[in-house]
Amino acid sequence: MSETTSILPLVFAGLMALSLLMYAILDGFDLGVGILLPLGDEAQRDTMLASIGPFWDANETWLVLGIGLLLIAFPEAHGIILGELYLDVLILLVGLILRGVAFDFRAKVPSDRKGLWDRLFFIGSLMAALSQGYMLGQFVVGFQSDLWSELFSLLSAVCVASAYTFIGGSWLIMKTAEELQQRVVSWVQACLWLMMLGITAVSIVNPIISPEIFAKWFALPQIIVLLPIPLLCGAALLGTSIYLNRLKHRNDEVVTRSDWIPFAAAIVIFLLSFQGLAYSFYPYIVPFEITIWDAAAAPESLAFMGIGVAVVFPLIILYTALSYRVFWGKATELRYY
Amino acid sequence: MDTLDLSRIQFAANITFHILFPAITIGLGWFIVYFKLRHSFATDAAEQDLWLRCYRFWVKFFALTFALGVVSGITMSFQFGTNWPGFMERVGNIAGPLLGYEVLTAFFMEATFLGIMLFGMHKVPRWLHTFATFAVAISTTLSAFWIIVLNSWMHTPAGYEIRDGVLFATDWAAIIFNPSMPYRFAHVILASGLTAAFVVIGISAYRIRKGDPKPAPRMALRSGLVVAAVLAPLQIFAGDLHGLNTLEHQPAKVAAMEGIWETQRGAPFLVFAVPDQGERTNHFELGIPKAASLVLTHELDGEVQGLDDFAPEHPRVAPVFYAFRIMLAVGFAMLATALWGVYHTVWRRQLTPRTLTWYVAMTFSGWVATIAGWYVTEIGRQPWLVSGVMKTAEAVTDQPASYVALSLTVYLVVYAFLLVSYVGTVFYLANQSAKLEAENYGAAPNPRTPQTAGATA
Repeated sequence: MSETTSILPLVFAGLMALSLLMYAILDGFDLGVGILLPLGDEAQRDTMLASIGPFWDANETWLVLGIGLLLIAFPEAHGIILGELYLDVLILLVGLILRGVAFDFRAKVPSDRKGLWDRLFFIGSLMAALSQGYMLGQFVVGFQSDLWSELFSLLSAVCVASAYTFIGGSWLIMKTAEELQQRVVSWVQACLWLMMLGITAVSIVNPIISPEIFAKWFALPQIIVLLPIPLLCGAALLGTSIYLNRLKHRNDEVVTRSDWIPFAAAIVIFLLSFQGLAYSFYPYIVPFEITIWDAAAAPESLAFMGIGVAVVFPLIILYTALSYRVFWGKATELRYY
Repeated sequence: MDTLDLSRIQFAANITFHILFPAITIGLGWFIVYFKLRHSFATDAAEQDLWLRCYRFWVKFFALTFALGVVSGITMSFQFGTNWPGFMERVGNIAGPLLGYEVLTAFFMEATFLGIMLFGMHKVPRWLHTFATFAVAISTTLSAFWIIVLNSWMHTPAGYEIRDGVLFATDWAAIIFNPSMPYRFAHVILASGLTAAFVVIGISAYRIRKGDPKPAPRMALRSGLVVAAVLAPLQIFAGDLHGLNTLEHQPAKVAAMEGIWETQRGAPFLVFAVPDQGERTNHFELGIPKAASLVLTHELDGEVQGLDDFAPEHPRVAPVFYAFRIMLAVGFAMLATALWGVYHTVWRRQLTPRTLTWYVAMTFSGWVATIAGWYVTEIGRQPWLVSGVMKTAEAVTDQPASYVALSLTVYLVVYAFLLVSYVGTVFYLANQSAKLEAENYGAAPNPRTPQTAGATA
């Protein structure tokens, strides 16, 4: 479909981006908790997993929706992107499989096997996070496979895993207390710097490899409107770093009552980074090759899908909110009844 | 082997592994609603406790099964892009929205309310928790609905037009309610109900055999037997209608199921045969005269079209032929078990060790029948991916065969490991329950005492 006038492809690209952002934030913290799992002793691991128990499944569903919307609205791009990432997707899926089932198995197998499933939970979470980062790197460099692109993708893998560990640790700071909370803090600090490195690297590499992106960011008057994005991001990183330092040295009532600050900052950082990426690549769905209008499915299919989205999306938001409301506060032991 | 064969095996392996778990949870979700409602509306404390115990045990089993279904389902959603890009390029306008509706209307609802159902019993009002069990059951069924709509459309496509080789939707009602959808949906939902019923029967029998003295597994066993005895005859009826529908729209598939090479009147039903695709004939035929004609045309001398009429565009006969017989054999064994069980165990309240052993042996019978049935219908559609529109070979990726071989190997290893772990854990849970129950029985446990997710009921 080459009707560049139609608004539907843009709407669906927006929805897809929203789903992927939701996924990065929500499953990001699940995967981060998984990566931090070896930090805790057995009881602490129970608490860590209890903090994500009621959510992980729904969180993962945002990925299915994001990939689903890619498939529904941009079938051709879906085939190209997933084809380019064949082996990466394999690693991602094996990671998600191990992580997803380990959660249930660890609670049900004989106690001497629990350690095995905890390890698989960690490995699965790490595999999923690294592969997603690698795929993001590949996307940014336009699926090139020369040495520099590979190195960049590997850096991206480490940094996305750090970002997930950061948001996962922030989640744990909010959902746990005392010793476990303290243990997490220093890891969150380390990940904060790695994440910052990643964001900086992408911000530098992006305009270098593409004059188009360079022109978009560094021209007047856009640059004035765009400047707040990196500035805000930097402020959020700095603020979190200061807060974490205080939390480490002064773990009293005043500081712990504001334990939601790192998680909120993490959401802001994710949001801004994502917005930056989206701005860079718009209107391409396969970087510099296919735009969202080139790849869009037929308008009547998008319209039919649109009805469902309009009706169901608010409901999804509503009961997702209900679920977070129900399990608000510090994580307690998971009970089936 | 080339990319096409490897991709087909990979898809088959993925979907075979995946269907094991929804086949249980779609039916089991409704069992859990039933247990929860019986608990809510029970009048005396003993009865309340009994149904709560049923709920507690099976919800744990449900959680594990559901998790395996979720992760293997996610794998499926990526397969279209990684291995079958041609499918989405040609029919994405139709398949895409149907898959989208599944995600939107079912996945989020089941995942979110599952969290509340599993971990929220003491955090939400009672009605909301009961509602959550209901929401999980209905969304699991809804998910099956959308995927069956898409699958049925691939068998009996309708409501589309082709422009420049790409399919466009013209009538969504015709797409959703395509000719084979109602029959297939009924057949699959009944299959899930039966699969779940036999899992409930088998695991409960296992607990009793392990010396569990509580009434809860006995009650669950009886519930399972009654449900199975109601659903099994319905399933045979629905299966017959589904077969007639297939005869109308995909006669080549029926010819392969029956192993009929040449068009004939008064065709026999072959109980056993060895189909030979090269010679285009069967060896070692053992048949019931005129039975196939009777079933398919409801006349003794009705005409049944043979495979030669469709050559070369018909499926490979042997897998379809054998899978169909396996499905029938297991299906009738399930019917017999259910009817006998209702008479023996439910009505006459008898439980001999030998009966219990048989129930345990039948635990996963639904898996065998379900997979065999899917093989009949899916292999039976070949060489088409979308009947009459697109062949399977046209959709496959151009990935190197070595990549697909690698991914296939990895999936097979992971799936084998998970399947062994799953079955082992299921019986371990049942065993633990039986032991704990036996120890606690004299001590009159307080049903209100909360237990952790790892403990057993």
